[in-house]
Amino acid sequence: MKRMHTVPSTNPNVLSLAVQQALVDLLLQLADDDLIFGHRSSEWLGVAPDLEEDIAFSSISQDEVGHAALFYELVQKLAGEDADALAFARSSTERKNARLLERNNGDWAFTIARGFMYNAFEHVRLQAALQSTYLPLQQAAQKIVREERYHLLHMQTWFENLGIAGGEARSRLEKGIASAWMELPDLFSLGHHAAILVEEGILPSTEMDLYKQWAAMVQPVFEKAGLPWPGDAFGETKMVGLTGTDGRTGAHSPDLEELLNTMTEVYRSNVQAKW
Amino acid sequence: MTQNVYEQDLVSAVRAALQDVKDPEIPTLSLEELGMVYDLTVQDHHAKVQLIPTFVGCPAVEMIRRLVENNVGQVKGIESVQVEFVMDVPWSSDRITEEGRRKLAEFGISPPPHEFLPGQAPVCSYCGSSDTDVVSIFGPTACRAVYYCKQCSQPFEGMKYV
Repeated sequence: MKRMHTVPSTNPNVLSLAVQQALVDLLLQLADDDLIFGHRSSEWLGVAPDLEEDIAFSSISQDEVGHAALFYELVQKLAGEDADALAFARSSTERKNARLLERNNGDWAFTIARGFMYNAFEHVRLQAALQSTYLPLQQAAQKIVREERYHLLHMQTWFENLGIAGGEARSRLEKGIASAWMELPDLFSLGHHAAILVEEGILPSTEMDLYKQWAAMVQPVFEKAGLPWPGDAFGETKMVGLTGTDGRTGAHSPDLEELLNTMTEVYRSNVQAKW
Repeated sequence: MTQNVYEQDLVSAVRAALQDVKDPEIPTLSLEELGMVYDLTVQDHHAKVQLIPTFVGCPAVEMIRRLVENNVGQVKGIESVQVEFVMDVPWSSDRITEEGRRKLAEFGISPPPHEFLPGQAPVCSYCGSSDTDVVSIFGPTACRAVYYCKQCSQPFEGMKYV
């Protein structure tokens, strides 16, 4: 494995073009995931099941959008593109978030199932990023990982409680899990540049590593919640590798189109405005 | 470069001016007490203040930049100010000074624990009772959690460990 961390720099001149492209692609995956998940979380404000959840989801949203902004700034430093424009001016086909995250919130139980699955994935991906040969990514991960554990704990607590509660809570959670599970595979995808990302140690975990570490984390929580593990329904190998509908390569659902329309409305009203 | 006496005086003056910059969300705490000041240099009447951002999504960060530019800019002998946020070390609640922790408690916010203990409530910041519960690990700002004191029969806030 080549080592870049002897060059603790955001200076794009020291990176080959192929490495820089792979790095920008990964940073946009990280940024878009957090921005889209953050935006969906913000939509619960005022309509969450109780006041504490209004606050919790707003707080989670604020954290996630902040993390997205940090990753967009890293892209800005590398590629010279404006961070706000990266967040607000890119069309759906340019977005690299996993499809699971753009889905409408729908039921609270679906939100919890998705939130738990994503926050566990974030934990696994950040652990890999902590070992990144690209110092700015390593430093960002160090900061973010300290905040994310609160999100994971929160989602996991809800996930277990809904499962253990039985009755309607459990049956709605089961539906939410089944629905989220269908969209899981591109969460573990690293997109077109997967090989070079791992080879260069920018994200030193293969897609299969990420999936296995995720499953090892999530499966015991399913057990605690008294829920059957749905993993076997697909088989491990179906979980990784590019498919025709990979969000990492810009294949998205109409839900993302609708989300972007709402999210960028103010930005589009006056692109030059300073907020 | 050897720093002359005059510049050392300026550094002290800038440090004093920084002491007047408070966290917009906790107005009794200075940036230094919060552990946000990473480095401070003065050269040729130019002050460079390096700060460590607290929570990544903290909306107060840009406000803090302007406050620092403004306060330090008013120091006699300082002609320009540069505020830089650095990522060299991640901010941790452990960076809050003892004085900062005392002021937090005085403001009504329990100081953060020194480890990740999200299921444990601190002593009540109003009455000191340890008969307390966690209400929510998310509070009105990214850095705070909400607790309940059974002695006072009322909620109170605490700063989270990060």
